[in-house]
Amino acid sequence: MESSTLNWLPMVFIALMGLSFLVYAILDGYDLGVGVLLPTDKAPANQAARDKMIYSIGPFWDANETWLVLAIGLMLIAFPKAHSIVLQALYLPTALMLFGLILRGVSFDFRTKAPSKDKHKWDLAFKAGSLIATLCQGYMLGRYVTAFDTSTAATLFALLSAICVTAGYCYVGAAWLVMKTEGELQKRSAKWAIWSNRFMALGIIAVCIANLSIDPVIADKWLGFPQVFVLIPLVMLFGFMFVTVELYLRKVPIADDLGCWYPFVCAIIIFTLCFCGLAYSFYPYIVPNQLTIFEAASAPASLLVIFWGAVIVLPVIIGYTIFAYKVFWGKTSQLNY
Amino acid sequence: MISFAPLAFMELASDTGLMLSRIQFAANISFHILFPTINIALCWILVFFKWRYNRTQDDAWLRVYRFWVRIFALTFAIGVVSGITMSFQFGTNWPGYMEKVGNIAGPLLGYEVMTAFFLEASFLSIMLFGMDRVSNRVHTIATVLVAVGTSLSAFWILVLNSWMQTPAGFEMIDGVAHVTSWYEVVFNPSMPYRLGHMLLASALTAAFLIAGISAYRLLKGDKKSSVKYALNFSVVLAAILMPLQAFVGDLHGLNTFDHQPAKVAAMEGVWQTERGAPLLLFAVPDEAMRTNHFEVAIPNLASLILTHELDGEIRGLDEFKGEHPPVAPVFYSFRLMIGIGLLMLAMSWLASYQFTLKKRYPTWLLKATVAMTFSGWVATLAGWYVTEIGRQPYLVSGVLTTKEAATGIAPENIALSLTLYLLVYGFLLVAYIKTLFVMADRAVKLEAANPKLADMQQADAPSEASSKTLSTPASAQ
Repeated sequence: MESSTLNWLPMVFIALMGLSFLVYAILDGYDLGVGVLLPTDKAPANQAARDKMIYSIGPFWDANETWLVLAIGLMLIAFPKAHSIVLQALYLPTALMLFGLILRGVSFDFRTKAPSKDKHKWDLAFKAGSLIATLCQGYMLGRYVTAFDTSTAATLFALLSAICVTAGYCYVGAAWLVMKTEGELQKRSAKWAIWSNRFMALGIIAVCIANLSIDPVIADKWLGFPQVFVLIPLVMLFGFMFVTVELYLRKVPIADDLGCWYPFVCAIIIFTLCFCGLAYSFYPYIVPNQLTIFEAASAPASLLVIFWGAVIVLPVIIGYTIFAYKVFWGKTSQLNY
Repeated sequence: MISFAPLAFMELASDTGLMLSRIQFAANISFHILFPTINIALCWILVFFKWRYNRTQDDAWLRVYRFWVRIFALTFAIGVVSGITMSFQFGTNWPGYMEKVGNIAGPLLGYEVMTAFFLEASFLSIMLFGMDRVSNRVHTIATVLVAVGTSLSAFWILVLNSWMQTPAGFEMIDGVAHVTSWYEVVFNPSMPYRLGHMLLASALTAAFLIAGISAYRLLKGDKKSSVKYALNFSVVLAAILMPLQAFVGDLHGLNTFDHQPAKVAAMEGVWQTERGAPLLLFAVPDEAMRTNHFEVAIPNLASLILTHELDGEIRGLDEFKGEHPPVAPVFYSFRLMIGIGLLMLAMSWLASYQFTLKKRYPTWLLKATVAMTFSGWVATLAGWYVTEIGRQPYLVSGVLTTKEAATGIAPENIALSLTLYLLVYGFLLVAYIKTLFVMADRAVKLEAANPKLADMQQADAPSEASSKTLSTPASAQ
């Protein structure tokens, strides 16, 4: 097999991998955000709110988390060298993130099955696990963006990124709750969404400035002529969404729940644009400044085998994912089984 | 002298790192495998319960289903989160593995995620929470699809594991494995035996778990027909499958004898090649002296089992000097597996006779059944150690040693992550086992109140039992 004719394979796989990471960030992002936002107090009203919040993600979190397995799996399969460089550089935050995900995943099940006096503890574990996972993911993203630089400035940037990603997840989680709940909890969720939206906006601006000032190549990619003109509509779109979401959320609850999906849809657009921005900044590198996707790719023959599998299987996966969401469509109710 | 010191230290550090990585991976995989081992078969058993209910409309079958589906969910959650850890570890701790055999391991792992993971995770929610939201037929189909997913997952993982034991269908180009035949990779020499052995192990593990928890409920005074249905079904299942497992295990052993003679030599404790080798019931293998102490043996039996001839030749460990696994752990694990297996055989036959034929539930036998609740776990882990430690010093037999695949990460970082994992695993294992019995206790109390089936659904959430509405009509968004 002539490898030059199969040069499109690494590009397809980086697109698939990127898509998986994006879908993960949106879907498990709202699960993790809901977890981080759980109220901690033992008051009965808070217990009811926690139950409702966890029910709202109950039927989905498991499949949502699978996108992370797919994303990391695709990186392992298609770009094994990058997988080992990136994950070895991020060894400890990875281990800590996994700890958070384990804690979150098991708490969800234990909280309903353990003796009821332990339920509150499992709820706290759920919150702690979600928070650890989001902070670690943000920190890892910051480390990655700065090409694993170990300077103090880079570390501070990674910490900033940890907070921003957590704010972003809180926003998408709160937007999810605005969509899935009603009454008091919906009002509370709207407040959470307002605050996390502001922090996320600050975070995005900070990350953009930092990123453009760190790397001249990336700065040139964005600020050079004529691409700089694309920035103008982008900034306007961001500004429009930020303002309208804030105005909308201040009015919740709205009669007939008109447009309750709007903040969530904006979250999807914001996440997608940020993600595309990152991808544009780094392409064709998979390990920043070190390794391109073409250097890191596995043998074309093996990639082709997975490619045909993915062509057949992915539409089926998307099909039954939509089916599962349709089954649990609408406002959250108690989960019985 | 001084100039050598850093070198020696580096060597030591890398050895420590290798050791820690191995312990960590062994801990990860040992912990992880406990949960799929239950669930691969438990899901098909749930399909059976659901099918019985659909056929008979007997409430008791639905009660059994509802009780066990919740245990399935808990087991699944722990299996998923511990499994995610594995997919990260390949890169962090065993970078050499994917670099050398990634062209084979990659697609197999990829197919596992694509064909199995999403299927399980997506339909699990419908299986768990969808009973009031979809038709009974769709719910049953969802249960079947989850079962298909767990089995597919087991299939791909065992294909990969078998390939690592008995690699086939590839060629090495510049030190990297390239596939020549996917058919040979998938249907490598040990795959059918290993898959069969593992699936049966799963069925037996699930059967003993169901039997143990059901016997516990009976002992606590829960004499409902649903508990007896589950107990009788599980002991009969075990009684039927146990001899089958012995048969498949024997075939598996013969296959190992053909393809991995060093492993068999370690299992049997044969140091020098010999004809008419005895079967060692007990011994203390001594790696330093390259001999066994305190042998208790049956003459010629090992040769008879492995070659079907009284004086058949078994190749000894000395033929593989420097390339054979550590003998003691393989030797002892093998005996532990066989011992527990025999106990499970005796127990399942006795229990089937008493419970189903005689319709008697003597307390001592119920207690013995409870004691055997997790026997499947012990046997499976012991068997797993035989096969995995038995492959050492190779990660992929004859292709890649474990040492070559190891990471360059600082040992102290691995020590840190290992400590974290061990604490979490220890805690979760205790919490899991405790919770199973808490759930059993709760079911006993609930059944004693003689509830209608609808009230059973509240069993999971006693603190919010006030809301009896099962579903709110899905309001348009």
